[in-house]
Amino acid sequence: MSTGEDTNAQRPDTAAASPPASQWAIELEKINKRFGEVHANKDIDLKVERGTIHGIVGENGAGKSTLMSILYGFYTADSGTIKVDGQERRITDSRHALALGIGMVHQHFMLVDNFTVLENVVLGVEDSAFIAPSLKRARGELDRIEHEYNLEVDPDAVIEDISVGQQQRVEILKALYRGAQTLILDEPTGVLTPNEAADLFRVLETLREQGKTIILITHKLREIMAITDNVSVMRQGEMVRTLKTSETNPEELAELMVGRRVLLRVDKAQAQPGKTLLEVKNLVVADDLGVVRVKDVSFSVRAGEIVGIAGVSGNGQSELLEAVSGMRDQRSGTVVMNGRELELKGDDGAARARLAGLAHVPEDRQRMGLVTNFQEWENAILGYQDRPEFGAGMFLDIQAAQREAEARIAQFDIRPASFRLKTANFSGGNQQKIVLAREMERNPDVLVVGQPTRGVDIGAIEFIHNEIIRMRDAGKAILLVSVELDEIRSLADRILVMFDGRIVGEADPATASEGELGLMMAGVTNGDAAGTEARP
Amino acid sequence: MTLAVILSTLDATIRLSTPLLLACLAGLYSERSGVFDIGLEGKMLAAAFAAAAVAAVSGSMWLGLAAGMTVSLGTALLQGLAAITLKGNQLIAGVAINMLAAGLTTFLGQTWFRQGGRTPALGPGERFEPVTLPLARELSGVPILGPIYADLVSGHYVLVYIAFIMVPVTAYVLYRTRFGLRVRAVGENPKAVDTAGISVTLMRYQAVIITGLLCGIAGAYFSIAQGSGFGNNMTAGKGYIALAALIFAKWKPVPAMFTCLLFGFLDALQIRLQSARLPVIGEVPVQAIQALPYVLTVVLLAGFIGKAVGPKAGGVAYTKER
Amino acid sequence: MSALRPLPRWADIALLPLLNLLLAFAVSGLVVLMIGQNPLLAMWAIVTGSFGNGFNIGYTLYYATNFVFTGLAVAVAAHASLFNIGGNGQAYIAGLGVAIVCLALDQTHWLLVAPLAMIAAAVFGGFWAFIPGYLQAKRGSHVVITTIMFNFIAAAIMVYMLNRVFKPANVMGPESRTFAPGGRLPKLGEFVPFLQHTPVNLSIFVAILALIAIYILIWHTKFGYALRALGHNPTASRYAGMSNSRIIMIVMAMSGALAGMVALNEVMGVQNRLVLDFVAEAGFVGIAVALMGRNHPIGIALAALLFGALYQGGNELQYVIQGLDRNMVVIIQALVILFTGAMEGLFRPGLQFTFMLLSPEQKAEAVARETASSES
Repeated sequence: MSTGEDTNAQRPDTAAASPPASQWAIELEKINKRFGEVHANKDIDLKVERGTIHGIVGENGAGKSTLMSILYGFYTADSGTIKVDGQERRITDSRHALALGIGMVHQHFMLVDNFTVLENVVLGVEDSAFIAPSLKRARGELDRIEHEYNLEVDPDAVIEDISVGQQQRVEILKALYRGAQTLILDEPTGVLTPNEAADLFRVLETLREQGKTIILITHKLREIMAITDNVSVMRQGEMVRTLKTSETNPEELAELMVGRRVLLRVDKAQAQPGKTLLEVKNLVVADDLGVVRVKDVSFSVRAGEIVGIAGVSGNGQSELLEAVSGMRDQRSGTVVMNGRELELKGDDGAARARLAGLAHVPEDRQRMGLVTNFQEWENAILGYQDRPEFGAGMFLDIQAAQREAEARIAQFDIRPASFRLKTANFSGGNQQKIVLAREMERNPDVLVVGQPTRGVDIGAIEFIHNEIIRMRDAGKAILLVSVELDEIRSLADRILVMFDGRIVGEADPATASEGELGLMMAGVTNGDAAGTEARP
Repeated sequence: MTLAVILSTLDATIRLSTPLLLACLAGLYSERSGVFDIGLEGKMLAAAFAAAAVAAVSGSMWLGLAAGMTVSLGTALLQGLAAITLKGNQLIAGVAINMLAAGLTTFLGQTWFRQGGRTPALGPGERFEPVTLPLARELSGVPILGPIYADLVSGHYVLVYIAFIMVPVTAYVLYRTRFGLRVRAVGENPKAVDTAGISVTLMRYQAVIITGLLCGIAGAYFSIAQGSGFGNNMTAGKGYIALAALIFAKWKPVPAMFTCLLFGFLDALQIRLQSARLPVIGEVPVQAIQALPYVLTVVLLAGFIGKAVGPKAGGVAYTKER
Repeated sequence: MSALRPLPRWADIALLPLLNLLLAFAVSGLVVLMIGQNPLLAMWAIVTGSFGNGFNIGYTLYYATNFVFTGLAVAVAAHASLFNIGGNGQAYIAGLGVAIVCLALDQTHWLLVAPLAMIAAAVFGGFWAFIPGYLQAKRGSHVVITTIMFNFIAAAIMVYMLNRVFKPANVMGPESRTFAPGGRLPKLGEFVPFLQHTPVNLSIFVAILALIAIYILIWHTKFGYALRALGHNPTASRYAGMSNSRIIMIVMAMSGALAGMVALNEVMGVQNRLVLDFVAEAGFVGIAVALMGRNHPIGIALAALLFGALYQGGNELQYVIQGLDRNMVVIIQALVILFTGAMEGLFRPGLQFTFMLLSPEQKAEAVARETASSES
């Protein structure tokens, strides 16, 4: 590969020159894929029409990402056939998929952080052994693509310096530069502000007008309804149905996704708020990179009420949660519990918060709430290991800890009911129950909960929601953070909306409409003009 | 101090920096690709032995150099097998390689040559001789510049020139070629490279191969250029100093050269000061100077002078995950 | 991506290390063959050389004592997911502490000196590991690199100290004066004539106590729980209210203190003076011992005994077979580290597969777990 012409097989011009093929850009037949004991894809059939936006919806773990990774050659299917433009193909690796005009924008971007945009774009499709000519050609090509699709990015910017929305554009540019005719986007709006998401959709529409085919993976029905032409629903590794978007509605899709009617409202009595238990005053918190994520936030939570923090993920909720629970130092501001100010700074802030009566169900249980290599009983006392009931002095009373674990397993119906099993071997829902059981059982005054049902199966969701309500009714103050607006609306007694590190509004879940909340989450308040970007 | 003293100290600096520089650049390729290498010492030691043994037996320094590079390459591939293919612990693999080299070289040296672990002394043609650059003698009369050219620039082993040429070469390869782009990418975010359709395994092996070859030259330098024959543990921890230099240089080729020159200078100084008494300070403990490269590296690592942040994906084997 | 389930515990802690050891022996055997000697003969020479008589056993136990200390040092740190390569330097520096105590108090009685020397060894060795621990905890400097650097700094310091501080005027070599009997640990041979005049001394009991203490510490104390939590998942341990930086510093200091006990054995027990390089390579052998022993005190005891035997047997080897010596043992040790530490992937998948095939109840369990996980 020393000349500039020999890699042109991957270029759009040559791809476009291929004979007018079938109506279907992609056809998948009887695709199967197993990961160990998990059957991630079972006999999947899927046809994607050329020049359309095709949505694929399903819950977390339904097998959407696996299916697309197979199409993109990142995994190889155990069995089944793939047709691209009507011709059967074996896609063995990503390079192969790219050559067939299939590009993918992953949920977690596949960018090299300390490279420039241009370097990221040419990585893997360099024209020759020396990169200067590639960079030069890419610069020109990008300029053309950017104008054609209205996708502006500074080619010389370094990835770690640009916003997430910009990074996503780089991913799209990468795919287009490689001549993608079919573009797969995996949960593209999860990390975007509403404005950025709107921009993305405009770009996708332009791409469709130019004849590109787009496959959009998401679990957000609103997005499906807004932009797709067709939609396929997946559930537990199976393809449930493919529909025309214009002929369906969110209720039907939701039902197909979960397999039965969804309980949109949780049964709960009117809240009986008591005295203020948790008070957050003028809190300012920065993330690991020193970027201020929580900007002068104040609010309070009273006994017997659930306060929900709503917002697009990445607007400071995680940092707020971590600061209040002592996992992250605050820059300034105070957290007052039961009238006493908590000293949260330092390595053992979490210990002090817990001692004061705060329990914390973290957003990411595997990263934070559990030691997955521990046996179940060891996790049953995590955070409470220093309590006298688990051993006097420096020694650990293993029997006491195992009795505790056994009791919680019975009470929360954790399966399998074996406290000696390694925690990693429990399913997501059961892992979450282990955390909840542990945190709720110590009778805390304040419960801080992040994403309580992320990656949890439907049956467990109901159980978990009911437990949270039970805690509220027992007179606890509960702070709930979730990116699932439906969850917040059905659980919270008061909703605070966070945008760009600030609380931009408060709403009553009984009266506020989804549109109203959506506007607040987008940073549009009190008839302001369009909100500002979350990140500079 | 006279010009002659300064020149001879700097001359020694270049001689002592050369193996450091070669090993440091060797480590740079491997670590930039995401494979941490604390086995530089072992690869050099193995190469030093192989080079001396083959040079002695064959009577050819070139065959010696080739043997050193081959053995070092084989060692690097063994390490690569553990760290890349078998996804083992890269640090432990390095420790094992160092120990294996120490044991095998002494053992084989003893069994093959029966000179207490030494290989036979090398005669002319079996070891590298200093190269006199063109016009060195003619220009030595020119004041200041003449002696600098004649004594400092000219009169080194060819391996010295190779080492210093490798600096711009490495910089060019790393920043201007497709291979370098991919090596840097694979050390930062292997998944990005994988999804771009490039084999992470292949990239890392390629980098590790270069590491092996350069370590081979560095090892040969010890036994068939600087020395004339192999002696027990003759690399004497230089592989670790090279590792320190690599960190100190923040994994960049040109700073690597300056760091190796600095560490080489400290070494030269330490030898020169062995018995000297300086005015004012009195006798300088040479151990303080010997320890200085390590102390400096620790201070840098502690973030008191800048911050050393290595390649992000370094130290971790790449696994395609769900 | 693997359909294979983890190995049963006994296979993980016994079978796998044993297979790796056999492979290491096999490869070393090839090296012996290569130089035209009989590997089985060499093996036999090592076995008789290490366990053949009381004298050999005494030496084996003496080496094993060192390796228990350094093995535990590596293992304690490893449980907190820290790789302490600095055992050599820590043991070396600990020699300073032992020597100071012994030189100052050797006119008294060893019963008084021994505990003080032990404390000094722990303090000096612990301090030398605490600094890398501190730098890791507070400044994020990688403990592997800093402990390597500290080995070299320790070597430079010790050369200086021996030449300039400890060397008496009338002595040529860089070493301290010999301690009076009050500064020497009694040899075991004084009580057990079977062991003859061998270096194994009372510090072997310190080693046994250390094994028990570390077992209790790791699995039966709250601190052990905390350090294991940190080792598996530092975010979770902080969430659990533990101060990660404090644990790192304490664990490293503990690790260094354990390595420092080598100085008790060597300086007060055997050499009875401070000499250059008395640690030899004990710190590095500790890595092999900890890997082989799966970081468990019982495993470490066995592995230390094995390496003690290899070292002693290796010494005897040169008298039995021309051309073979201790370096053979260094090769075996390197191969053990390579196979158990870095090439686990060599045997594990195959072994897991074999177990899957052999065990019907495991198959059944796997199916049960699949149904459980597909429900989620």
